[in-house]
Amino acid sequence: MSAAGSPPLPRPTSLSRPHWEGCREGVLRVQRCRACSAYVFIPQPLCPQCQGQELDWVESSGRGQVYSYTVVHRPPRPQFPAPYVVAIIELEEGGHMLSNVVDGAPEQLRVGLPVAVTFRPMSEEITLPLFRPA
Amino acid sequence: MSHRSPLHDVAIVGAYNTRQARQLDQPETAVLLDAMRGALRSAGLGFADVDGVNVTSSVRRLHAREVVMWLGGRPCWTGNEIGIPALVEASLAISAGLCETVLIATAQAAQYTDRTLTAPWTRPSNEFVECWGLFTPAEFALMARRHMHLYGTRPEALAEVAATIRNHGARNPEAVFHGRFVTPEDVLASRMVADPFHLLDCAITSEGGAGLVLTHRDRARDLDVEPVWLLGAGSDKQGMAYVTAPVWDRYGQVGRRAGEKCFAQAGLGPADVDVLEIYDPFSFEVIRQLEIFGFCKEGEGGDFVMDGRIAVGGELPVCTNGGLLSFSHAGLAQLIQKPISAVQQLRGELPGELTVPGAQVVLCSNGGSGALFEDVLLLGREPAA
Repeated sequence: MSAAGSPPLPRPTSLSRPHWEGCREGVLRVQRCRACSAYVFIPQPLCPQCQGQELDWVESSGRGQVYSYTVVHRPPRPQFPAPYVVAIIELEEGGHMLSNVVDGAPEQLRVGLPVAVTFRPMSEEITLPLFRPA
Repeated sequence: MSHRSPLHDVAIVGAYNTRQARQLDQPETAVLLDAMRGALRSAGLGFADVDGVNVTSSVRRLHAREVVMWLGGRPCWTGNEIGIPALVEASLAISAGLCETVLIATAQAAQYTDRTLTAPWTRPSNEFVECWGLFTPAEFALMARRHMHLYGTRPEALAEVAATIRNHGARNPEAVFHGRFVTPEDVLASRMVADPFHLLDCAITSEGGAGLVLTHRDRARDLDVEPVWLLGAGSDKQGMAYVTAPVWDRYGQVGRRAGEKCFAQAGLGPADVDVLEIYDPFSFEVIRQLEIFGFCKEGEGGDFVMDGRIAVGGELPVCTNGGLLSFSHAGLAQLIQKPISAVQQLRGELPGELTVPGAQVVLCSNGGSGALFEDVLLLGREPAA
């Protein structure tokens, strides 16, 4: 990513592994509660809405919109080349996800901007789901 | 009329800050001992009077039971909470008769370099946060941005908050940024960290220690100091900080429940509060808390803060010691420095130009929307009715 080396990468847990395996396959997977149909992200052992314990991994369309965003000018670590965009993406199925918005002109950025997932391989194990203007 | 609350059995009788600085070269234990002795001195008490302790430090991860040993084994009770919950925990122990007089103290020293710009506890390592380059200013910026989108809150309002609080600190000789006055224009002209937050919208980094002494009301009345009374408290914990998206619709109201419970115990409402020593990690959080604690309507916080209303001399002064933006933001001490500032304000111990004449009731808080929790404490010059 830069001369300063790779940014810190996620270390999947038994709970989150299906999400990260999906990203590696080019699919955005989130949990869905079998009882109440709520989409759940980040991965949880039970549904925060109804406390149902049967959560299935389902495929998200990867489409959504920018719910909120910030342009970081002073990064926490040198591995993140600033400026970069951190955003909360509201997926069209429901649920919210933190990510980076890439490939867009800065003046294009706004709450409500339609975006779609794009995948960036970072290591053998980790591919990050990023979003770009749709 | 207040609800009968065990908190009403307890008063704060000592409150003390050590010297605060961007960087302290003293050993942390020395700063901690200064905090302990200073708090007791402020109460007119000594180590022999203490039978409960909650003393810890940032670097050494000191356990309160180690401090019991320092005090020759006299204290029988130890507390584990940090910040405002440490005062609540101690008060419940006092009220229940587990102990009578509790010393709370903490310190951070010799940890930062002169280049330190972010506090270590603000760098999350969670798998769904860290990889996006998130850190605390970005977390809170995502909340502020959504508020601006929903309600048209302007960067000028954030700058007004930051300048007001920083100018309180500029007039406080004990503040790390003493003498450093800024205008809202200076805030807007400072470099961007995570928009909408400029550098001067963000808490400083610093080191220092702080201490408090709480005792039973019967003991408090025998002491030759002015007690400050606990009127109510509340917590609102909505999850672990910095592990998931800070979604305004879900977490933006964090603290509202805490405020309601706190006011109910005290039998008071927002109109009874004279001063706010609320948590100010970022300028926007003051605007948000004015709304959720009921000082203005949702979405109106940005207008509320303008025209000097939250400055000393205004209708509702906020962070009168200079807060985290100017006074200090040291380790775990910064959390208890909110009630300490309240005690100093109510006792008239702050510099004259920062003293709010006739102040009777102060609301304190720790936490914030980006951190998914809020703790609230209401203190008064008079005990609960």
